Amino acid sequence: MTRGRIRARLRLSHLYTFACTRPEATEEGPHSIEGPGYSRLVHCNQPLMHKKKPFKYRSNYISTTKYNFFTFLPKALYEQFHRVANLYFLAAAIVSVTPLSPFSAVSMIAPLVFVVGLSMAKEALEDWRRFMQDIKVNSRKVKFHKGEGVFDYKSWKKLQVGDVVKVEKDQFFPADLLLLSSSYEDGICYVETMNLDGETNLKVKRALEVTLPLDEDASFKNFTGKIKCEDPNPSLYTFIGNFEYDHEVYALDPSQILLRDSKLRNTAFVYGVVIFTGHDSKVMQNATKSPSKRSRIERKMDYIIYVLFSLLLVISLVSSIGFAVKTKFDMPDWWYLQPQNTDDYYDPRKPVLSGVTHLITALMLYGYLIPISLYVSIEVVKVLQATFINQDIQMYDEETGNPAQARTSNLNEELGQVDTILSDKTGTLTCNQMDFLKCSIAGTAYGMSSSEVELAAAQQMASDLEDQDVERSTDFRQKGKQQEIELETVVIPKDEMVHKSPIKGFSFEDSRVMEGNWLNEPNADVIMLFFRILAICHTAVPELNEETGNYTYESESPDEAAFLVAAREFGFEFCKRTQSSVFVRERYSASGQTIDREFKLLNMLEFTSKRKRMTVIVRDEDGQILVLCKGADSIIFDRLSKNGRLYEEDTTRHLNEYGEAGLRTLALAYKRLGESEYSAWNNEFQEAKTTIGADRDLMLENIAEMMEKDLILVGATAVEDKLQKGVPQCIDKLAQAGLKIWVLTGDKVETAINIGYACSLLRQGMKQICITEISSDAKEVVKENILLQITNASQMIKLERDPHAAFALIIDGKTLAYALEDDVKQQFLVLAVQCASVICCRVSPKQKALVTRLVKEGTGKTTLAIGDGANDVGMIKEADIGVGISGVEGMQAVMASDFSIAQFRFLERLLVVHGHWCYKRIAQMVCYFFYKNIAFGLTLFYFEAFAGFSGQSIYDDWYMLLFNVLLTSLPVISLGVFEQDVSSEVCLQFPAVYQQGPKNLFFDWYKILGWMGNGLYSSLIIFFLNIIIFYDQAFREEGQTASMPALGTTMFTCIIWALNCQIAFTMSHFTWIQHLFIWGSIATWYLFLFVYGRLSPSISDVSTHWIIISSKRSSTTRKTSRINACGLGSDREPEKGP
Amino acid sequence: MDTNGATTSSTAGGGSTSKSSSKKHSRKPIYSRFTQQELPACKPILTPGLVIATFTIIGIIFIPLGLVSLSASEKVVEIVDRYDESCVPSNYSNDKLKFIQNPSINKSCVRTLTVPKLMKSPVFIYYQLDNYYQNHRRYVKSRSDKQLRSVSDEKSTTDCSPEDKTVDGPIVPCGLVAWSLFNDTYWFSVNSKTIEVNKHDIAWKSDKEHKFGSNVYPKNFQSGGLIGGAKLNSSVPLSKQEDLMVWMRTAALPTFRKLYGKIEQDLQANEKIQVVIQNNYNTYSFSGKKKLVLSTTSWIGGKNDFLGIAYIIVGGLCLFLAVCFILLYVIKPRPLGDPSYLSWNRSPAGHPN
Repeated sequence: MTRGRIRARLRLSHLYTFACTRPEATEEGPHSIEGPGYSRLVHCNQPLMHKKKPFKYRSNYISTTKYNFFTFLPKALYEQFHRVANLYFLAAAIVSVTPLSPFSAVSMIAPLVFVVGLSMAKEALEDWRRFMQDIKVNSRKVKFHKGEGVFDYKSWKKLQVGDVVKVEKDQFFPADLLLLSSSYEDGICYVETMNLDGETNLKVKRALEVTLPLDEDASFKNFTGKIKCEDPNPSLYTFIGNFEYDHEVYALDPSQILLRDSKLRNTAFVYGVVIFTGHDSKVMQNATKSPSKRSRIERKMDYIIYVLFSLLLVISLVSSIGFAVKTKFDMPDWWYLQPQNTDDYYDPRKPVLSGVTHLITALMLYGYLIPISLYVSIEVVKVLQATFINQDIQMYDEETGNPAQARTSNLNEELGQVDTILSDKTGTLTCNQMDFLKCSIAGTAYGMSSSEVELAAAQQMASDLEDQDVERSTDFRQKGKQQEIELETVVIPKDEMVHKSPIKGFSFEDSRVMEGNWLNEPNADVIMLFFRILAICHTAVPELNEETGNYTYESESPDEAAFLVAAREFGFEFCKRTQSSVFVRERYSASGQTIDREFKLLNMLEFTSKRKRMTVIVRDEDGQILVLCKGADSIIFDRLSKNGRLYEEDTTRHLNEYGEAGLRTLALAYKRLGESEYSAWNNEFQEAKTTIGADRDLMLENIAEMMEKDLILVGATAVEDKLQKGVPQCIDKLAQAGLKIWVLTGDKVETAINIGYACSLLRQGMKQICITEISSDAKEVVKENILLQITNASQMIKLERDPHAAFALIIDGKTLAYALEDDVKQQFLVLAVQCASVICCRVSPKQKALVTRLVKEGTGKTTLAIGDGANDVGMIKEADIGVGISGVEGMQAVMASDFSIAQFRFLERLLVVHGHWCYKRIAQMVCYFFYKNIAFGLTLFYFEAFAGFSGQSIYDDWYMLLFNVLLTSLPVISLGVFEQDVSSEVCLQFPAVYQQGPKNLFFDWYKILGWMGNGLYSSLIIFFLNIIIFYDQAFREEGQTASMPALGTTMFTCIIWALNCQIAFTMSHFTWIQHLFIWGSIATWYLFLFVYGRLSPSISDVSTHWIIISSKRSSTTRKTSRINACGLGSDREPEKGP
Repeated sequence: MDTNGATTSSTAGGGSTSKSSSKKHSRKPIYSRFTQQELPACKPILTPGLVIATFTIIGIIFIPLGLVSLSASEKVVEIVDRYDESCVPSNYSNDKLKFIQNPSINKSCVRTLTVPKLMKSPVFIYYQLDNYYQNHRRYVKSRSDKQLRSVSDEKSTTDCSPEDKTVDGPIVPCGLVAWSLFNDTYWFSVNSKTIEVNKHDIAWKSDKEHKFGSNVYPKNFQSGGLIGGAKLNSSVPLSKQEDLMVWMRTAALPTFRKLYGKIEQDLQANEKIQVVIQNNYNTYSFSGKKKLVLSTTSWIGGKNDFLGIAYIIVGGLCLFLAVCFILLYVIKPRPLGDPSYLSWNRSPAGHPN
């Protein structure tokens, strides 16, 4: 609350020059609002008006659920039967009630109901969660005007258009509001729009001048007004409307509108009128569904399903032609079928008709080729995999308390196939937390700590040396490996060391200036000035932390906070800001007492990205007027006076060093001003400030320019944009895993390169290719030149002899704009793909998305985009996989992402361990599914050939029913959930294992057809061995011969054994769960047989006890031939791991 | 779309509030070996030793097993006699169908079988039909198990069409299967001494006890216009009609044998057995063969060399592979876990490092 009160006493609009002192909008007069799209009429503070039509607008109740109680069934069913396979099974289930069906209806319907029911249950659960979330939001409370000037709480969902609400500090706005007044007397308020656009900086909103008196509860007693405005629309940055109040009409613009889901900050309270409620609000209008992404494997799976459908169709056709032929030519002779008395299905006189009807029968009979439970199994498996990702304790960030989160479970296996990573820099690779590390004052460099870039470089050098010493003669490859392992062991302790910095934002170490020792330095007066600039020249507000007694600072940029923290540590504590003054508590020695100094703030020319500098004009206690300026070095150096360049040379040198060390630099300068000089300038300035017109900004800028010249250089600061923990190691590992990493950043080229080195994206010995634009007005020339550069670079790579040479491409945003044009982009892409690392600087959010699309579509490979801010949303949505960093910046990126992690370094584990596992699991699982259904389905087909193609199944209906649902489902799910080809440690130690995914070694057509061939082989062996063994001979000592149920049961037993043994061979990781499922499935089958055989014959059709004995016998034969085949395959590749 | 979740303040220098620190603990995944995917697991690695051992063991088990089965099969003595052709009088040999369909012609026929080796009791008598689709869907479905089981379900004959009912009521047993009951009969004699044929216990025990009711008697059977196969004694309950039970247990393949009866005496080698066959059953219309089979059994059932051969072949193949792998292992050994064999080390192109 303190913060609010401090701000409340400042009329910041008087302080700021450029930001919030726009001329009053009212003077433009009201908008002419007519016609379609502008029909909304809001009667402020008259709730009764909105109770009935036509002013009864949507309530503030929001619902993000997909279904409701009534629509769930039809909608969810529709979703389910959208899938071709399910539709097919539905058709089969419908036909199954007719005599056409080879099976009993229940054996067709039960699996379908099971499968669809399970999927729908999952949908329902997910929707239920959304529903609970909605309830939570809808029942939030807000203060509203009950009448007679009394405010009371009311839940959000009950809020109506026209209600007057009072929103307090740090609360979310419950609906889109018109700002009437705030706790500030000039009616401004600060809004954080993180949930809307992800930006963390505060935005200023201002109320209309006329509504400013409405700043307490009682004043709303008789308040009425009318708002005429646009209809609900999704545009966040526009608003057109008129406000009719006291018989006057005023125009409204976006700066009076407070959007739902943004948050009131630094303002004690605001009053507002509800304009748009619930789903009419802009944020809800904006809520588009992110495009549902499907993984590569799933897309390919569709093709396999089509292949299987064609196979199904082919064998059904063969079968029905066979049937028609048999029926026409042979059946008249089969007196025992009474061909003369038959119905249409078997009428030898109408072979075509019976052939056609048989086609339907056959399509159902061989339906077992299509794995009905595939989709649902995959869904179950993926949800479980996602749970494992969510539960991974090694991807949990202690600091923020965020675990990794798989926001969609669709893309788990896609994580194992990533080829290119596109990463944001700020907030993703770096913490976006500035650390004051070094400074250069009066030409002397201070600050002993090393930046991470320097540490990394030192590390690299040390390990290089070591390598040369230790193994000069060993095999080159061996050496490479050794190095990797060493790197790991060396790097970890270093991490712990670095992150021990006790003060956030301050890693400076130099005894010469700390603890008041600067007084003994030669240029003590300059040093003092330097510190004062740090403490005074900013826009931050101090806040007393009551627990520690220290001040913390709330600033617009993290750099500024770092400066203030630094100044505080140096003994210049900024402690208070009033409307007109800045108070600094100065302390000259460690023990010495403090002096509070007041600096009268005369003018402030604040920082904009265009000006790249900031200036304050203050009067110190001695009456001396000072101009204090900080800004980008190039800008400041241009504005130095002749005698102010004393330290320029040294400072420039230091700045270059800092730049190389990956630090962000600013130069500081000052000048003293005479009273008369100042008042002359100030008059001009005030005049410009009050001017109304288009050239006001220009005038202000020119006048500011007049002041910011003839400066005297004091020094420079170097702030480290701290890398996130473990980023270099992670990038290193990812590079070893063969992933290409592109960094897309808004930073300038030098900073980006520095960070590139710091995070080992760029390595010593890497050849850098910089594509830059030449300054020319003619667009064509520039483009030509860029194209030339690209071709040259490509040529260079082609001519490179050393196979281990790595290239890095660096390109900036403007050049990129050309490179992304249609006729250049292909060449650019070809070049970029050949480079190990690509850094794009100064790119806009849109360009990020464009680059992502270019890579995704151009290479056809899987891309992963990772980012944390709203500017990354486009890229995250565009990429095959979007990963959001759930760190400091808003939730926007996370909301758009498919996975969220707390730190960049978790990406390694997410990809290399979970991605790899999931990819292999799903790939093997899907392959196995096809195998198992082919192996089973084909035996049905072979039998047809022996049964006159009549559509008789050799298996009992119950076996068929249980086959997909019970007997073979759990082992394959355990394969999909628990399989680990190698342990996570091995995955991390040998990241190259990951390459199996991007190269798609386990789900290429070769592999898939191999599995299908395996299915064919299994079916042949199982069927013909059984047929031959049971051909005509008695199979028991009592002399009975095998009947159809006996043969069917034996064959089915063989299939159960073969399929389960096959999956046991496929697995390489057996926990008790796999053992239980695999052997349990076989046991279940016997158990089922036993129970089924014991049941009253009204249900069961089998006499079992004998069969079991005999089936074992032949299944042993089967099993061994299986072992045989597998052994052949697997022995050839004895273990990929070490 | 609402994102009221954990939005942390970005205040520079501001410490995290106590609220978020309490939240921390609730969101931290709970450690368990299961959720961390660290359950103890066995990871069988197919080392050369293991593979060779497995193959050898399989070979060692299977070859003797095969030999035993083969010898068991060898012990089985089997006499097969095809009689469908020779039991048609020569004057009908061009129109066998006419012969078989004419009820007035005497169908008996005498065959002489020579016993090749001593056949120990019991000797099983089978009839074997060929090209007979007992597994045709129309045929298989044309029965009513309910009806066979109990009298009360006598009328459930929906699946039995066209042999479902007559004007006098439902047919018991209904359906094509029962209707086409095999009706050839055999009398055996050695040196004009009749050999008793035991027709008990030729059906499955479960059929007798559970599937064919002891109070269900044939009704209206073979009384319609079309006469299929054998008639049934309507005073004997179905559970005693073992021939019917055997027949109704439909065969899986178009060539099948069914048990006719048992001879419970030893048949000496070179004995001549006279068989008087009543050749009633029509297989001529679809040119199916009819055979009479006498066979002993062993523990593997009837004569079945294939099983033994299959075991021997698989066992032999395993041994052969084991030998191959041993040779490979001796000639071109390679240490396990040598990283230079890792795929990415073999092809340097894949990796930028």
